Amino acid sequence: MTVLDKVAPEGSKAGERTSPRPTFRHRLSRWDVKVSPYLYIAPFFILFGIVGLFPLLYTAYVSLFKWEAGSDDPDFIGLDNFKELFADAQFWKALTNTVSIFLLSSVPQLIIAVLLAALLGARLRGATGWRVGILLPYAASLVAIGIIFANLFGPKYGLINGVLQTIGLDPVDWQANRFGSHVAIAIMVNWRWTGYNALIVLAAMQAIPKELHEAALIDGAGTWRRFWNVTLPLLRPTLIFITITSTIGGLQIFTEPKLFDAMPGSNNGGSTNQFQTVTLYLYQTAFQNADLGYASAIAWVLFLIIVLIALANFFITSRIASAPAVKVKKK
Amino acid sequence: MRALIPVNKVVGHVRTIRNGLVLALGITMTALGASACSGGGEQQPPAAANPNEHVDLTLATFTEFGYEALIPEYERLHPNIKITHRKTGQGGPYHEELVTKLAAGSGLADVTALEEGHLSDFMDKGSKFNDLSKIGPADASPDRWLSWKYDAAKTKDGKLIGYGTDIGPLAMCYRKDMFKAAGLPDDPEAVKPLFATWDSYFAAGADFVKKSNGKAWFDSASQNFNAMVNQLPEGYIGSDDKLAVENNQGIKDAWAKVTDAVTKGESAKLTAFSNEWNTGFKQGAFATKVCPAWMLGVIKEQAGPENAGKWAVTAAFPGGGGNWGGSYLTVPTQSKHPKEAAELAAWLTAPEQQIKAFQAKGTFPSQVKALSDPALLSYTNDYFGDTKVGALFAEQAKKVQKPQYKGPGDGQIQENASSPALQAVEQGKSAADGWNQMVEAAKKITR
Repeated sequence: MTVLDKVAPEGSKAGERTSPRPTFRHRLSRWDVKVSPYLYIAPFFILFGIVGLFPLLYTAYVSLFKWEAGSDDPDFIGLDNFKELFADAQFWKALTNTVSIFLLSSVPQLIIAVLLAALLGARLRGATGWRVGILLPYAASLVAIGIIFANLFGPKYGLINGVLQTIGLDPVDWQANRFGSHVAIAIMVNWRWTGYNALIVLAAMQAIPKELHEAALIDGAGTWRRFWNVTLPLLRPTLIFITITSTIGGLQIFTEPKLFDAMPGSNNGGSTNQFQTVTLYLYQTAFQNADLGYASAIAWVLFLIIVLIALANFFITSRIASAPAVKVKKK
Repeated sequence: MRALIPVNKVVGHVRTIRNGLVLALGITMTALGASACSGGGEQQPPAAANPNEHVDLTLATFTEFGYEALIPEYERLHPNIKITHRKTGQGGPYHEELVTKLAAGSGLADVTALEEGHLSDFMDKGSKFNDLSKIGPADASPDRWLSWKYDAAKTKDGKLIGYGTDIGPLAMCYRKDMFKAAGLPDDPEAVKPLFATWDSYFAAGADFVKKSNGKAWFDSASQNFNAMVNQLPEGYIGSDDKLAVENNQGIKDAWAKVTDAVTKGESAKLTAFSNEWNTGFKQGAFATKVCPAWMLGVIKEQAGPENAGKWAVTAAFPGGGGNWGGSYLTVPTQSKHPKEAAELAAWLTAPEQQIKAFQAKGTFPSQVKALSDPALLSYTNDYFGDTKVGALFAEQAKKVQKPQYKGPGDGQIQENASSPALQAVEQGKSAADGWNQMVEAAKKITR
């Protein structure tokens, strides 16, 4: 560009007749080179702008108002919604519930998924059948799962309590007991997602070079030892991926607690909000209480929490993920 | 819960399927709608339409209104009018969508049904509905309806936002066999003194629990509490639209009576309309049930043929009468043909049509003339021992006092403050803590 810039004025001085003006076609092709790449990626950004960015920013705008759905003139109240939210015991309770259900679901899920993958990786008759089999719960309708599990965990006439009483244990009030309700919901989540995660782990397991196992075998490592010292370290990036996806899903959990409530259609998450999650609270505030301003504030705080956790995940990932990579290189 | 009940009585859980979708739609619609709103609500006066001009009307209802056969009939009578009927299975999502579309300023049907329990959410938005007492036809005059039904749809400044369709007058249902086993009278006439007042009702309950080895007297505390609160001159919200629950002695007394009954083991602690509640009917988990007219269908369905002949209904209700459920037809100002829409709504809610709807789907009419119609009075229910339930509920409908003023948030408080708090008491919370929980939740809803 600098060369052109210098030459151009000179040329124009020297003789207007000699330098031909760039033709329309010429200019068109120059624009083509410059503009086209942006046009090609534009559909994504336009769509993202309409359905992603705009609602995001508009939510931030709405969160500054006392905005009841249907009211004509929302009042601007600045950050009052956020102030109220941080002092809102129900919000903190919902957040605690969310984290509790998330931990109760993600941790066992990860462990069982790895063990299941190890079993599926072993030589089995009809391996594909088994692999597809563990994915079946994932294919089932979430609502159907919700209704069936709510029935199983019924406090009075539920099957689980029936079994507990048959073997001489005390029945658990899965609705009233806070921890009990979290366990029940976590089981619902696990039932659906463990198989899915196991397949991802299985794929990663089969990508581990055979030579590593053979070398370990020659060194005299047993099955357990090879699993612990060869397989697991090489699975780390995959496990981190699973952790991140289940974190994002876990913090937004909605359908399971909603369907679990004995009161049909209720968004309360139990009689004392003992299993109300943040998204459920957000939904209730927006569409039942029609309090859009406050709901937007909840949405933004939830968004920021997810961003924070994602960032934390990112830093942990970049630290841990580098470790196995070095090992492989050495090989 | 009052709001949700008629709605959930068919299939309790299916409504939730759509929630994700509704949420997504809701967000975009509110976003779009808010900007559309600020553009300005042009409101053209109902133009004197050419009687032969072709008019397309939409009618939106939820669950069953029994209008299927009536619509073609109306189209035959008015060849220039074409009606599109939009039916939604469940009332919960239907009303959530209604709020969103009302906010968006477009998308509502010309004639939009509204459930009585949700009415309080719309009474303060009177400007979004046409005043039917002004634009409606002359024959739809106040004396067509029971006065309490008509008055409940009048806003504070006297606008009529909806024509009454059906009602849910309250009676008492009870298990004859369980009464007999406990040594209580079981004849519909003989049990009436037990159901004279709430005090006699709960006292009989305590007696029943003792004599039946701890069997429960009623299904769920909130079912009784809601009926008790509805009988009071003033509800959760005062006439100044401020929360009045803390200083409302009537509500405090009702709370004390119901929670006392819970402590005495009178409640089966089954959340109304839950799966366990359904099972409770089959298992005979409770002996009495607050019974609006439409509840007979629920009992028959849930208790099933194996319990046929065990349930009975009597024309008595503690504390007089009451109503639970029923709907209105409104004409939102969004409608492009308010006059034609009002005419349709008036025709559908006329006694002759509501009797047909009653015969089709059992919706109990709210029109004075319909209540003395032979078709209604001779109507019996074989599941309840061939009782003349039509006449019985017509009698109960006339016992309802003037409607309690339902301020904004009233339905929400019942659903999300008092019902969960009573459920918490049934799950072991003390009555005082439960009361505080209700007051706190109510404050939050009305803040």
